[in-house]
Amino acid sequence: MTVPVVSVEGVSKRFGAVQALRDVSVAFNAGEITALIGENGAGKSTLMRVLEGEHRPDSGRVLVDGQPVQLNSPRAAHGSGIRVIHQEPEIIPELTVAENIFIGDIKARGGIFLDRADLERRSLDLLRTFGVVDVLSPGQRCHGLSPALRQLIEIMRALRPGARLLAFDEPTSSLTEDEAQRLFRVIRRLKADGVVVIYISHRLREIIELADRCVVMRDGSRIADEPIAALDEQRMVRLMVGRPVSDLFNRKERALGPVRLALEGVTTRRVEGISFEVRAGEIVGLGGLVGAGRTEVARAIVGLDPLRSGRMAVGGQPYGPREPADAVAAGIGLVPEDRKQEALLLMQAVRDNVSLVVPDKVSRYGFFSRRRERALVARHVAELRVKTPSIEQAVGKLSGGNQQKVVFARWQARGPAVLILDEPTRGIDVGAKAEIYRLIESLAEQGLAILLISSEMPELLGLADRVLVMQSGRISGELHWQEASDEAVLALAMRSGKETIERRVS
Amino acid sequence: MTDTATAGRERAPASLFGRIGAQNISLLIALVVLLAIFGALRPDVFFTPRNLINIGLAVTILGILAMAQTVVIVSGGLDISVGSIVGLSTMVLAVAAQETGSIPAGILAGLLAGLLAGAVNGLIIVYGPVNAVIATLGTMSAFRGLAYLMNNGNSIPITGDSLRALGIGTLFGLPFAIWLLIAAMAAFIVFTRETVVGRNIYALGGNPTVARLAGIPIRRYQISIYAMSGFAAAVAGLVLASRTMSGQPASGSQGLELEAITAAILGGCALQGGKGTIIGAMLGVLIIGVLNNGMILTSVPTFYQLLAKGALLILAVIVQERQRARSGE
Repeated sequence: MTVPVVSVEGVSKRFGAVQALRDVSVAFNAGEITALIGENGAGKSTLMRVLEGEHRPDSGRVLVDGQPVQLNSPRAAHGSGIRVIHQEPEIIPELTVAENIFIGDIKARGGIFLDRADLERRSLDLLRTFGVVDVLSPGQRCHGLSPALRQLIEIMRALRPGARLLAFDEPTSSLTEDEAQRLFRVIRRLKADGVVVIYISHRLREIIELADRCVVMRDGSRIADEPIAALDEQRMVRLMVGRPVSDLFNRKERALGPVRLALEGVTTRRVEGISFEVRAGEIVGLGGLVGAGRTEVARAIVGLDPLRSGRMAVGGQPYGPREPADAVAAGIGLVPEDRKQEALLLMQAVRDNVSLVVPDKVSRYGFFSRRRERALVARHVAELRVKTPSIEQAVGKLSGGNQQKVVFARWQARGPAVLILDEPTRGIDVGAKAEIYRLIESLAEQGLAILLISSEMPELLGLADRVLVMQSGRISGELHWQEASDEAVLALAMRSGKETIERRVS
Repeated sequence: MTDTATAGRERAPASLFGRIGAQNISLLIALVVLLAIFGALRPDVFFTPRNLINIGLAVTILGILAMAQTVVIVSGGLDISVGSIVGLSTMVLAVAAQETGSIPAGILAGLLAGLLAGAVNGLIIVYGPVNAVIATLGTMSAFRGLAYLMNNGNSIPITGDSLRALGIGTLFGLPFAIWLLIAAMAAFIVFTRETVVGRNIYALGGNPTVARLAGIPIRRYQISIYAMSGFAAAVAGLVLASRTMSGQPASGSQGLELEAITAAILGGCALQGGKGTIIGAMLGVLIIGVLNNGMILTSVPTFYQLLAKGALLILAVIVQERQRARSGE
């Protein structure tokens, strides 16, 4: 039995109310490619952060060569030979390829002048090793390099002497099929050289092709650790999801009214050919992985991203917003993903935050009618049972759930025809979640057309009448709620293969 | 990402102390200390009605600029071209009065010039887009150059009794200019506290993304805010021209941007935007006015005065940042 190069033992990590890692133990062996899979928020990234020395575990330990080590800083992790390649390569565009590879380790002649000859020699060696000497030259500036080449530079940077473990965090998400194949060749070479490789990806077929072993994470725990031969795509998905859908929802038949929101072939910088309708009283879910383009659909609808082609209509009328102000005027409300950065003025009172979108209802000739404002805000705050000492309380002092209710109260006061909810329960505890769910259901019953973007599978399946699944900027499928299941949604969200890669929006 | 870490300061409680605000209390104390120092150093002249009116007159121009600057800073911007716009508007006033032989026409032209110059700032900032500091740094030089160009760098005398009356006339024993300042102050206070547009400017400065998603047309707001700042500078220019009876390309308006920004920040404006009050800015103006007047009365050389003013601005920002760090905003 050989000693694993790096292993974690019983590692737990908590952020506020969220248990990000729960007693996780994994051993990583030399010359082995270990895939790490799980849904968004399952704890994969946190585990990487621990290995990288960015997060210190609350309990448990990390061992290198069987000896416990303190990874207190990225520097310490680097010293132990642990390198993580992130999704977004950090390349300095104004420096050359050679300088980017060896940044922080550039030799100087006489302690002052760049030793260009040495730099060039060392980087040429690396470029030859990776077989890219014909595409990249050491003296070339990195400005305008493709994502694949930038990533390659980051890998070469990580491979400086002493690298023992290399972790790739979704490396192929921005690569073409050919580029991905080249990356796999590089990774196999690393494996042959005895480097430990950790490979994080949502693309299950890739994992089956590349990895020797697969670790599945869910809700911060290690659920499975099996040789790849024992797994297939279906079983992987089941392991990743495998959580009972609670009875937070009570589905009722709702009468659907006329079409309130219609998109036809909507294409922006980030999404392509998006077509769907939402009727009055309907909740349409938008599922898919983080980065699949769901938020970008919302951005197009509210006028944040300009349309390259396609058409939209609200209430049957052609609709072409140039500014979010146009969306508000057309009767579209948005509950954005990031409550604290995009929805609320944290320092301002609940009153200001609610009345922000209804200036016409709380003023006369541009001057506030404080009496009307207070009455209106107090009514909606009471209706949604926002727990706050008074409507003059600064919103930043409320709990996450109550903050979100203030955002809902704002749109209740406006009375829109269409409401877009982007991750409406992110960072909210379970009790408040249930209240938000009931609220969403009752809004639909009142005849609002609701577009629900969510990464939480139970939420999506429990609330939506039908689910549109997105992948790589396109809608990859539609499921009626009765046929929608975790597996079905994930299958559409992750459907791999050349066909979808070729259709990828560049 | 805990709630307490992002929570802001609480809304002012209803007590008298709270309503005036801790910041304004400390400004009042600073003002009283300055008055005591200069009163003790020059007991013969400092507290005479004549000197107090002098201080009042001296702060009219600065006061108008500082209040407009407060609105700009609250919106998350900065306007350092205001001193140049003051100079430019006095020159336009003088030329237009000379050409048409009519003081009202000259005044109108001067005010329009300021409005236009401010709108140019706004358009550059919004549609460049250019960072507000850089944009107005550029126009600070450009507008000053324009002012010099209008008469080869020379000032232009203005003749006209109606303008002179504006400069030296009084009402109930107070000069017109001071009444103008009081009226402007009332208008700014009502604007920032009681109107929808005023509240939206606080929202815009507090978080432009939130403001935009809430349906506030932020570009139109920004252009209007800089146009307003330019117009206010032209009103200040009108006061300057009525006092000197001339168009002055530089004299009397150089360095005003520094004092206006200092006053606004002393008064509690956060450079990050979203925070600041008109009352606070006016207290800052009074402190600067008393300091200027007192330094002249106690014969502090001009060069030291410049040194003191620069130090005051930096000190005000340091105090401001410390408070921000403490309140955890």
